[in-house]
Amino acid sequence: MIKSLDPRITRAEIELTNTIAPLEENDQWETYEVFHQKKRGDQHMHVGIVHAANPEMALLFAKEQYGRRGQSVNIWVVKTREVYTTDYEDSDIFDTVPEKMFREAGGYKVMEKINKYKKEHKI
Amino acid sequence: MNTPAIKELLYKMADDLLIIGHRHSEWTGLGPILEEDISFSSMAQDKIGQSQALFQLLHQLGEPDADTNAFTRNANQFCNAQFVELPNEEYDFSTVRHFLYDHADQLRFEMLAHSSFEPLAKLARKVKGELKYHVFHANTWMVKLSQGTEESKARMQTALNNAWNYALGMFEESKFEKELIAAKIFEGEAALKTKWIHAITPFIEKAGLKLPPEKEWNPVNGGRKNFHTEYLEPLVKEMGEVFRVEPASQW
Repeated sequence: MIKSLDPRITRAEIELTNTIAPLEENDQWETYEVFHQKKRGDQHMHVGIVHAANPEMALLFAKEQYGRRGQSVNIWVVKTREVYTTDYEDSDIFDTVPEKMFREAGGYKVMEKINKYKKEHKI
Repeated sequence: MNTPAIKELLYKMADDLLIIGHRHSEWTGLGPILEEDISFSSMAQDKIGQSQALFQLLHQLGEPDADTNAFTRNANQFCNAQFVELPNEEYDFSTVRHFLYDHADQLRFEMLAHSSFEPLAKLARKVKGELKYHVFHANTWMVKLSQGTEESKARMQTALNNAWNYALGMFEESKFEKELIAAKIFEGEAALKTKWIHAITPFIEKAGLKLPPEKEWNPVNGGRKNFHTEYLEPLVKEMGEVFRVEPASQW
């Protein structure tokens, strides 16, 4: 039996010979992604994950882990396996040919006028 | 204002919360999974906080301050129900107790939100959100564990059977029952018990469990009159250990 300074551990009468068995498949509950909203009207922000047996339990855990400090009004949880993602291998899809000035807001002629106006009015 | 009646009401509520809060805190670090460990520990802290608020009301009525009251009394001076002092055992019993206790606690505070004793009514309104979460947590686990496997269902039913008569002891009547009702301070234990049965029944059914047959109901009373099981004294000693060694210690 383990004798610990923590009386709860001693009371639990844990055998020292306990061998740690390898985790079986599905030994862990699945994960849910947690989205937290600070105030009504704000966007929900992704804050992390929780393990849970069902969505209701995921909400319970998300509230304690991500909503108990600071301001909160709402939480979403989504099963991680129901989130679809792009591949990091395909991250080059975000690259864009830099010469397309017409796509950049900075490329518009009107910016010059705006800047001139700002300068004149000291905005 | 009937001060002795109010004090008795506050003491039993404060002691219930302090003792169950301490029992819940014994799960800290030992919970079934990390997320649940955090949630259960957090609720334990809520319970201690609610008990502290009640002890502060008692202090305003001339009783000793919260820490002195919580940490220096002997077991035979506590008036919690015996139900809350029983050891945690395993997660089946702890969950069943959490479920039965928290429904009663939530309903009691709901009733007290309209109390003619305004400081208590104010506190009852303040803790509404915490209690709602505790009950939501209890309902979720009660149903989930009961619907797991045959073994988990059987264990939950056994835990419910073992807890039941102790749980009924939460509604042990006070000698001030009539005065409290007449003064509109509290609607009384009998009314609370009726509401409680009504509140827990749908979840017991949803969980697929059965309440023990009514003819076997036999409340374990005595806690409110300072009679306790052998389990309270070691708890009280452990809980007050630091304070007794160093009363001026700061946390």
